[in-house]
Amino acid sequence: MLEDGSAFPGRLAGAEGELALGEVVFNTSLAGYQEILTDPSYAGQIVTMTAPLIGNYGVTPEDDEAARPWVAGLVVRELSPKYSNWRAQTSLQEYLKEHGIACIEGVDTRRLTRHIRSEGAMRCGIGPEELGVDEILERVNQHPPMTGLDLTNVVTTREVYKVPAKGIARFRVAVYDFGVKRRSLGLLAGHGCSLTVYPSTTPAEVALDGAPDGVFLSNGPGDPAAVPGVMELIESLAAKEIPVFGICLGHQVVSRGFGAETFKLLYGHRGGNHPVHNLASRRVEITSQNHGFAVRSEGEGVPGAPDLRATHVNLNDGTLEGVRHRELPVFAVQYHPESAPGPHDSRYLFDEFVRLMGERRPA
Amino acid sequence: MPKREDIQSVLLLGSGPIVIGQACEFDYSGTQAVRALKEEGYRVILVNSNPATIMTDPDLADATYVEPLTPEWVERVIEAERPDALLPTMGGQVGLNVSLDLYDSGTLEKYGVELIGADARAIRLAEDREQFATAMRRIGLEVPHGGFAHSLEEALAVAEETSFPAIIRPSFTLGGTGGGIAYNRDEFEQAARTGLEASPIGEILIDKSVIGWKEYELEVMRDHADNVVIVCSIENFDAMGVHTGDSITVAPAMTLSDAEYQVMRDASIACIREIGVAAGGCNIQFAVNPQNGEMLVIEMNPRVSRSSALASKATGFPIARIGAKVAVGYRLDELPNAITRETPASFEPVLDYVVVKVPRFAFEKFPSADPILGVQMKAVGEVMAIGRTFKEAWMKGFGSLENGRAGWEYGATPGDDGLTADDDESLLAALRRPTADRAFQVKRALANGLSVEQVSEVSHIDPWFIEQLSELVTAESCYASLAEPTREATWEMKRLGFSDELLGKLRDETAAAVRERRWGWGMHPSYKMVDTCAGEFPAATPYLYSTYEEENESVRSDRRKVVVLGSGPNRIGQGVEFDYCCVSAAFALAEEGFETIMVNSNPETVSTDFDVSDKLYFEPLTLENVLEIVQLEQPEGVVVQMGGQTPLKLASKLHEMGVPILGTSVDAIDRAEDRERFEALARELEIDQPPNGLAVSEAQAIEVAQRIGYPVLVRPSYVLGGRAMEIVYDEESLEDYFERAIRASPEHPVLIDSFLEDAFEADVDAVADGEDVVVGGVMQHIEDAGIHSGDSACVVPPYLLRDEHVEQMRQRTRALAQALGVVGLINVQFAVKDGVVYVLEVNPRASRTVPYLSKATGNPLARLAARCMVGRRLKEFELKADDEFQGVAVKESVFPFDKLPGVDALLGPEMRSTGEVMGIADSFGLAMAKAQVAAGNPLPMSGRIVVTVHEQDKPNVTPIVRRFHELGFEIWATSGTARYLRARGIPARPVLKVHEGRPHIVDHLISGEIDLLINTPLGKHAQFDDYEIRRAAIQRGVPYTTTLSAASALCDAVIALRHRKLQVLSLQERARRGEMAEV
Repeated sequence: MLEDGSAFPGRLAGAEGELALGEVVFNTSLAGYQEILTDPSYAGQIVTMTAPLIGNYGVTPEDDEAARPWVAGLVVRELSPKYSNWRAQTSLQEYLKEHGIACIEGVDTRRLTRHIRSEGAMRCGIGPEELGVDEILERVNQHPPMTGLDLTNVVTTREVYKVPAKGIARFRVAVYDFGVKRRSLGLLAGHGCSLTVYPSTTPAEVALDGAPDGVFLSNGPGDPAAVPGVMELIESLAAKEIPVFGICLGHQVVSRGFGAETFKLLYGHRGGNHPVHNLASRRVEITSQNHGFAVRSEGEGVPGAPDLRATHVNLNDGTLEGVRHRELPVFAVQYHPESAPGPHDSRYLFDEFVRLMGERRPA
Repeated sequence: MPKREDIQSVLLLGSGPIVIGQACEFDYSGTQAVRALKEEGYRVILVNSNPATIMTDPDLADATYVEPLTPEWVERVIEAERPDALLPTMGGQVGLNVSLDLYDSGTLEKYGVELIGADARAIRLAEDREQFATAMRRIGLEVPHGGFAHSLEEALAVAEETSFPAIIRPSFTLGGTGGGIAYNRDEFEQAARTGLEASPIGEILIDKSVIGWKEYELEVMRDHADNVVIVCSIENFDAMGVHTGDSITVAPAMTLSDAEYQVMRDASIACIREIGVAAGGCNIQFAVNPQNGEMLVIEMNPRVSRSSALASKATGFPIARIGAKVAVGYRLDELPNAITRETPASFEPVLDYVVVKVPRFAFEKFPSADPILGVQMKAVGEVMAIGRTFKEAWMKGFGSLENGRAGWEYGATPGDDGLTADDDESLLAALRRPTADRAFQVKRALANGLSVEQVSEVSHIDPWFIEQLSELVTAESCYASLAEPTREATWEMKRLGFSDELLGKLRDETAAAVRERRWGWGMHPSYKMVDTCAGEFPAATPYLYSTYEEENESVRSDRRKVVVLGSGPNRIGQGVEFDYCCVSAAFALAEEGFETIMVNSNPETVSTDFDVSDKLYFEPLTLENVLEIVQLEQPEGVVVQMGGQTPLKLASKLHEMGVPILGTSVDAIDRAEDRERFEALARELEIDQPPNGLAVSEAQAIEVAQRIGYPVLVRPSYVLGGRAMEIVYDEESLEDYFERAIRASPEHPVLIDSFLEDAFEADVDAVADGEDVVVGGVMQHIEDAGIHSGDSACVVPPYLLRDEHVEQMRQRTRALAQALGVVGLINVQFAVKDGVVYVLEVNPRASRTVPYLSKATGNPLARLAARCMVGRRLKEFELKADDEFQGVAVKESVFPFDKLPGVDALLGPEMRSTGEVMGIADSFGLAMAKAQVAAGNPLPMSGRIVVTVHEQDKPNVTPIVRRFHELGFEIWATSGTARYLRARGIPARPVLKVHEGRPHIVDHLISGEIDLLINTPLGKHAQFDDYEIRRAAIQRGVPYTTTLSAASALCDAVIALRHRKLQVLSLQERARRGEMAEV
């Protein structure tokens, strides 16, 4: 049931119980449902998978992006009762039940996708018919809309923790956890970075106290405009001239920190096939994406943030996909180079981050 | 990087005749490439010897050469046209091999022709298995361990290490020709020898067996700027060990997690970069160990392929079209996505549906062929089905096969499904061996209560697939046991893909009853779009499939519209030639201002390219599916006469349901096909027919045969390609035949005709508008009567028929067309014996010969027919009479005998050819020579001929042999024939027959001492000797002929080639010459 009153019937297949509420979005990835479920950026969202058969290869702990699934609910055409894959430990259905995630199957997900495409991402609820249409609709409309919502405080770590570098530790990196994915941490660690992960509201001075070689601003859920302390954070980092790498919400934080404006896309970009033009190399990268908000751009410029220039542009709709500071070692991308799930075309950005740190302090 | 301005003209090679492993998917790719390059303003020069193709339609390329696809002949085209570039990747393995030969011989350099898309280095790296293995190891990818061998000794040394079973793959062959699996040393030696011979470079790869591993394919595209995208992933239902062309395949991959898929994606990208395919598509195959995920690269095809055609249809991403554009310099991001038109082509399609491809086999035509599927492809066609779930797509796929079953249902007896019994043990034993029947055996096994695990374990089919199938079996039994087929239950079953017919069978109802009830509930399929992006962006191109969901996306326009029914899966007797007719009709009707709506299920075809018609429904060609489309679209009419038997069989039922049929009426079709009604018509028109009769029982058949006299030609009514058609010489054979024929077509009686021995046969195709009739041409068969018209070589204009007989044929065709009220195409088969012209058969529809005749004479018969169907008159067009065109065109057939070990190569009234070629020239001899070369029968210019003929043929073979002798050929003959020839002054050396000791005739063939074989057999039941001789000739590639008229024609061809007149002429230039001649 959507906030505009449209109903999409199906069978409840996940955790039993209450009405699940959230913003309904769609993701066009063919595989990678487990990574999507556990990506903290999906907090507060009900994800519709456009791929019709979900659960075929089961669930394997190694593919988790966080300790638990963060989606508010899952909508699929057909949930596979049987899984087949040598890595899998359990079925998706069991996993959903175990973690209390609502799921509805048998839905005409293509109709739902087309609806979201034309009407936009909106609030919705998944629940049993017995609740009654009016009751569900009322509760959906009481649920807070995504715009203006800060969800980073929900998903961020409560405690500071460290992740050791794999192999020889060459750099120290401070990670701002707005909803960081394990793959990002793993890739940084794999590049010889020992990581200290901070809660999202940590003041810059505290993070810089650890004398990091660089700062990584992670992905995360919600409206970037609602994330507190962005201006101060970026100002402090800029003053230090320290290398900064932002992904997704991190990209929006960087951009807003330098004065840019963010806005909500009608239905966002979620999937693993978005072509992004790298303006420097003139190459196309097939990227993994998951964002409902974007940074406003104008040609190669970013209105409000004269210090930034566009480095990456989405070839489908021309929206901004990456920025770089014209002087400072600061860069960020809207999409997900850590790509879990998704193609590995943009992993070079991690090399770039390491290169920038190396320039400042040869390892 | 926009398109290149430094090249003006591009040469494109087709793939030649349809053979197993190389079918009309290359017509699809080539046609797209021609159109894509023309759009860019290049002059496109095309060479393809296959006249049945759409790409050779003279309206498409700028210069179309129907010439043999050999380096020698293509060089002549290059010499005449001086193209700037050659695109080698669109014509399958044939196109690739010829291109590489031309490069190696320096021809391309000599004429300044650049290879675009993939260069010689990349092609060689991908095609040569040894170099490929080294390249893969360089980038850290594993290939199946093993090694290469150039001799039997080397092969045995490698086998020591790989152990058995081992897979033998010859380098540079297509469709796995010559490959095999060996389970022991004896089999290995045999397979290694075959493989070494099959490989043009005498090299085989011996692979460690990965039988039972999972098989995947990725379709990859790259541009000059090194942008790479994956178009599609495909998972094989059958595990490694079955050729992917014979496998049921599924897109996208079903059982790969993203983590595993991305490893495969990275490997594919690394592979295309390492091999260096600069701009274009390629297909990469992987094997994955289901136990631990170990991944091996099996092979890479640096060109478009059957899989790329499937991937294009499965995703809506036109690989060949984009491949052609990137080959001339475009970057992927400069090209629009052809379906959304707004977003660029530099993206990876995502699917919100599942695609299942099911191969179609022709084992019923080759009962002696080995039914086990292996590394050498045996399927003759395929269907593709789209559903929202795997189960739905699976059911629709099996419902599209047109194999006499209503879908995925097992046969009446275990024998129908290749089983001796259906107890658990027999089933498990059968499931171990992959055959064409295995999908049905799986159903029997599950219905018998065998578990998913048991079935999966013995078959190596992934348990996920078997589980899906078991859900279908469970659904079936639940539905069958319902007290009442409720609306809800019906909806659930329709969502699973069950047809009305199958649902009816489950509850002893007719399909019509199920349909009526369903319609009463207002339950209709909804149509969803194949849009490349899973609904993320609006699609501009209506490419649709049916499903049972809430939202229908197919919107009826207010334009005048026509539905064209396609021809379904390719099979022997119904192939690309009917697709040519359907596409021609769509083009012509679009020009007449109609919205054209195509319905077809064959992913290899041009007709299922979404930009050929205004709207495409990728659907099974069944009454149910067509009715639903007609109900939604409300067209002015449905075209049923272009797609062969498939749509024709639906015509009367559609007509009964009130669907308007365009062109020739259903009643006229019936009048031509119904034996008694036709006889009445023939009497009325005073047309001679061979004495004939009709029998519904064996006793009656014997009676009829006695009345009209042996030999007789017997066949079931309403059949295609002469299925179960035989010449019977005596009563005993008739009894034997009759049992088999009844099973071939139970609802229809058996037709018995007097067989006109030694008659000349001819085919006539014509177009009629209801009043006027234009004869397209009279095609004389080169083989004598008794060989199926689809198998016989033929020539237009006729070269041995008397003018008065030809004129009679024209007149009778006109009379028949007028009497039947034909609006559209008509085909009439004639025989001439003792000065009498007999009508053998009348088909008021497109025939197999329409494209060949259209190319030969320049009259676009199918297009004219389509225009007539919507009310245009033939008078309105300026048409040349059929005897006014320039030149001689010979059609030769191509057979699958080299792909099907164990099959006799003898021709008869049952059609067995898979494809055809055309030779067109100014003389019969040269046209014949071209046809032979194009068909892969290299003509010896000199050397040794072996003659072994039936007693009664000896007088007639003598003058032919004498000509060969006088041309300097050495003549060998079996003892009787040799004596006969020597007595008539031809020095013939005797050779031993097989039973006469050694070295015998087969030994000589195998040793390569023979250059041409003339062998006529003793009736249908060939002697073992004859069979052995013909098999040896096929295996060793020795040209052979089994009829005297063909032998004589070959002699003409040799003479023509001896004069070295390698003349080539484009169809367009030939037409211009014709016009000049008129002035």
